Amino acid sequence: MTLDENRPEIHKFDTLLVANRGEIACRVMRTARRMGLKTVAIYSDADASARHVREADEAVRLGPAAARESYLNIEAVIDAAKRTGTGAIHPGYGFLSENGGFVKALEQAGITFVGPPASAIAAMGDKSAAKARMANAGVPLVPGYHGDDQDDALLRAESDKIGYPVMLKASAGGGGKGMRVVESGEGFKAALDGCRRESKAAFGDDRMLIEKYLVQPRHVEVQVFCDRHGNGVYLFERDCSVQRRHQKVIEEAPAPGMTAELRSAMGDAAVRAAQEIGYVGAGTVEFLLDADGSFYFMEMNTRLQVEHPVTEMITGQDLVEWQLRVAMGEKLPCTQDELTITGHSFEARIYAEDPDQDFLPATGLLTRFALDLEGAGLSADQVRLDSGVESGDVVSMHYDPMLAKLIVHGADRDAALATLNRALAALDVQGVVTNRAFLQRLANHPGFKNVELDTRFIERNEAALFAPRSYSTEAYASAALIGLNQLAQECESDSPWDRHDGFRLNAPHTIRIALSDPGFSQGPAQASDNDEAVVIVEGKRESGESLWNLTIGDKTLTASLQPLTGDAVAVTLNGHRRRLQARRDGHIVVMAEPSGETRLFWRRIDAIDHGHHETESTLTAPMNGTVVALLVASGAAVEKGMPLMVMEAMKMEHTMTAPADGSVDAFHFQAGDTVSQGDVLLDFAPSE
Amino acid sequence: MSTISTQINPRSDVFQANESSMLGEVTKLRQLTAAVAQGGGAKARERHESRGKLFVRDRIDHLIDEGSPFLEFSALAAHHVYDSDVPAAGVVTGIGRVSGVECVIVANDATVKGGTYFPLTVKKHLRAQEIARKHRLPCIYLVDSGGAFLPRQDEVFPDRDHFGRIFYNQATMSAEGIPQIAVVMGSCTAGGAYVPAMADESIIVKEQGTIFLGGPPLVKAATGESISAEDLGGADVHAKISGVADHYAENDAHALQLARACVSRLNWQKRGKLAMQAPKPPKLDPTELYGIVGTDLKKPYDVREVIGRIVDSSDFDEFKRYYGDTLVTGFAHIHGHPVGIVANNGVLFSESAVKGAHFIELCAQRKIPLVFLQNITGFMVGSKYEHEGIAKHGAKLVTAVACAKVPKYTVLIGGSFGAGNYGMCGRAYDPNLLFMWPNARISVMGGEQAAGVLSQVKREQHEREGREWGKEEEEAFKQPTRDQYEHQGHPYYASARLWDDGVIDPLQTRDVLGLSLAAAMNAEVEETRFGVFRM
Repeated sequence: MTLDENRPEIHKFDTLLVANRGEIACRVMRTARRMGLKTVAIYSDADASARHVREADEAVRLGPAAARESYLNIEAVIDAAKRTGTGAIHPGYGFLSENGGFVKALEQAGITFVGPPASAIAAMGDKSAAKARMANAGVPLVPGYHGDDQDDALLRAESDKIGYPVMLKASAGGGGKGMRVVESGEGFKAALDGCRRESKAAFGDDRMLIEKYLVQPRHVEVQVFCDRHGNGVYLFERDCSVQRRHQKVIEEAPAPGMTAELRSAMGDAAVRAAQEIGYVGAGTVEFLLDADGSFYFMEMNTRLQVEHPVTEMITGQDLVEWQLRVAMGEKLPCTQDELTITGHSFEARIYAEDPDQDFLPATGLLTRFALDLEGAGLSADQVRLDSGVESGDVVSMHYDPMLAKLIVHGADRDAALATLNRALAALDVQGVVTNRAFLQRLANHPGFKNVELDTRFIERNEAALFAPRSYSTEAYASAALIGLNQLAQECESDSPWDRHDGFRLNAPHTIRIALSDPGFSQGPAQASDNDEAVVIVEGKRESGESLWNLTIGDKTLTASLQPLTGDAVAVTLNGHRRRLQARRDGHIVVMAEPSGETRLFWRRIDAIDHGHHETESTLTAPMNGTVVALLVASGAAVEKGMPLMVMEAMKMEHTMTAPADGSVDAFHFQAGDTVSQGDVLLDFAPSE
Repeated sequence: MSTISTQINPRSDVFQANESSMLGEVTKLRQLTAAVAQGGGAKARERHESRGKLFVRDRIDHLIDEGSPFLEFSALAAHHVYDSDVPAAGVVTGIGRVSGVECVIVANDATVKGGTYFPLTVKKHLRAQEIARKHRLPCIYLVDSGGAFLPRQDEVFPDRDHFGRIFYNQATMSAEGIPQIAVVMGSCTAGGAYVPAMADESIIVKEQGTIFLGGPPLVKAATGESISAEDLGGADVHAKISGVADHYAENDAHALQLARACVSRLNWQKRGKLAMQAPKPPKLDPTELYGIVGTDLKKPYDVREVIGRIVDSSDFDEFKRYYGDTLVTGFAHIHGHPVGIVANNGVLFSESAVKGAHFIELCAQRKIPLVFLQNITGFMVGSKYEHEGIAKHGAKLVTAVACAKVPKYTVLIGGSFGAGNYGMCGRAYDPNLLFMWPNARISVMGGEQAAGVLSQVKREQHEREGREWGKEEEEAFKQPTRDQYEHQGHPYYASARLWDDGVIDPLQTRDVLGLSLAAAMNAEVEETRFGVFRM
């Protein structure tokens, strides 16, 4: 097969449609505008006023919020391109970026696809077939099963043969969806079923492949680029070892500890892999790098990667510009010899998810999203924020919860890491919980600083990376004080009756506040006073006084709060005055001091809950989503921990398990039903 | 608007002495209030709690919107009145916000004499209903009472303003469209049975609330029928058989939740209209009130210093500032509500009385609520004043005060003596609410003056009889009168007898008035028609 057979005709274009949303759509359009192209966005109903739509020259509605009916709807995307006179479509990552059918449809419509030919996508998209071709091209592979026979028993037998742990992966997949590690033969069936469901939902294909799971591997990937003239280069590597459930969290370039020899060996192998399949454009060849320096081909991503900015930071190249130039038929802007590495770069992915609640995706109104570079003493050439959102945007449940990427550059790894820490602290996000605190703990971790990297870094360091479960009395007092002052000032209207300060005649205003770790409380309704994780603070204050008397357990403190500029406050406890940054995010108080960050959930408890809460006997939806499957029959006796129901939200599956031994009295929803956060999913009767 | 500027020096000895004496009085008041809040004592509380019942103030906390204010009336009712303690007269009353609606709450305290009605209990219950009617506020009765206190039946049952008036009020308020909601959380015996029966909607707590005209002992005596209280008139009987109760509650908390739901269904609309402003705290520091006022009624101060620490932004537009200046009148806002303020700044002269009448006419015409700050020894006496007709000028002020139909609020911030009390909207002039500061005193005249008058009469008697009356004898004669006036003029004595709606910490005055004014906006402000002014 010659390369030319697979190439569509080259069309010059002056209008670029970005078939994506969020930060990547914004980022691609930024370069396109700079190159003088007209930009076109597409959007679903959920995104009608999203940032990528606001920033585009033109935008076309595709359909309802569900990705299937909007961003994955090939017909609608092509229709939008025709309506706007679009010459080329950039797919971003995810959605249609690795969909061979889409590329073929574009070829038929005479629209340039900014990316590889359909044949190359097909070659790499089917992971099993890809491995076979890589083996032929002399690219090293991890042992595994990549066959077409998908019989349950056969897959189980192949796994047993490879030896546990093994990794189950969707053949058509990527991005961590439809992917699970199986530790033993026992859990194989459940994992296989789950993977297939996720894979079916995400890619419309439930074929699986199996691989040996390396125990201490690093994830090192090589950025390659090919043009239509037979040229191919690599733009060095990225280390993406820090992952959580196979989702990258912090990426960096170059990979620490690389030798020149290893770099060129991996680079050459990556270019070889690309050229083997007639690749054009930007691609990433992922390798597992073992401690002994041997590396194995994992897969090739036939698109621009989320983490491409770290490569841009160290090479000074604009990869989107490269993509567009290659799509226009130009030659690669640089030869291999002209590419060099300058300094070091990190990227931290900012997700709307709560690390202390098992990374549950968060939704809501993003009241504030800003990066105060000046306040942190940082400059724009050190820090780049690729964001799909701005203050005032709504984070919906429909798509991936990644909000933005924070990218930094420094002279070396230590300098870059210091900048990353300062930039993370300077990020001001309010209204929606993010993983920022988690990223900070990660970036501050000595193991990370000392390059003790492997793909299980987070699992190994769990104790240090997740928030502590208790704080000092002073921390509780400070958090309570911030809550108390908010309540004392709060007034929904001009009427004094709308105040919440507990006014009583000739008696101190009394407000009781319950503080708990955000990871423990499901919300105001769930925690009770008896909960050990809850700390009760009683605040009393006489009329006209600014001093609160706080009682925490058997301790009493006098406390007062003085607002300073911005988020800074001075908290005085028993005469000891301290400055701290305090932000309130609804019922979460976030207090930042040089020594670290404290996040506490607070609520007042002096009055009753006016509703009936039966936390014991019901299971409620942790978030908005869709019921995928009921795993037991109504009335069935179950053991504690047994999975009862699976729901899907934000493209991830959540399994509801039995809170105790007992039985399920009734399910309130069936598979396919949409549920809202807090809906009672099922009635559970614990056995006596 | 002009802002009041202060002349106060908080470092002066006078200020410091005033502050510490007032703080002493406020501290006593807080301690007494805390003691009263304990109800009928440890034993009764223990018994109450063991039955799974909430304490009366906890019930109110559960009933009202979370963390919202509760403006309690007459917490010191019956204080030192009866042979034994009857804290708060065994019933807690006040205004609280329920489901976003300001309501009058009347809640029996069963830990106090089983929640039975003493004469002052009746008076307090009726006063709460009167406040509800005047402000057009829905009434919620949390009933837990054994009915009339039988040993004092002659002071509780037969007269116009006795027990029966409670139900009269329920019927007539309901007729006026003021909702009546009863929650039966304990006994509702005999006459008490009519509280839920007369209510628009009633709630009863399972195995706890009972309603019957005659309890089991009476039934046994009258008909020989042996029956338990629950079977005679429990929740199951009334929610399922008799229909006396409309809603069935599992427990106290559930009952209060149902009561909140009742209020949420009222389709309640406020009728009052005022040109509101955004509320702003006073610019002058309210905590300086103690040091300005002190507790010695003889020490004068400029009442504007008090006004400036109560009204929004300390802004006060004075009316007739340079005329009749012993009465200060002017316009201000309290928690955003426009108000006309009438405040004493010395003894009343003819000019001050006429000025006050003029100002009240203005406010009535414009439907602006009035706030009276009383600190008055009375009208000026002497031939000059009698001859210029101070009686008829005073009468103009009294006529204006009596007839003005705008919401009126009175705070006794100092002395309240003689006809000054009338001209400044004392209790007889139907202010919507009347409060006292702990330093205030109320009597027909000052103790010293009364002792002087009485000793003058006595001296004349002695002189007629040709007897000597020495200085010492005169002093000995005067002292009991002074003591009596001091005792009976004390705010606790007054409040115990419901001559007011409560003794308040001066620092809470602004909030109390703001809450009261906001509550008053539930009712439409009526047109005023004044009587004949003697010219």
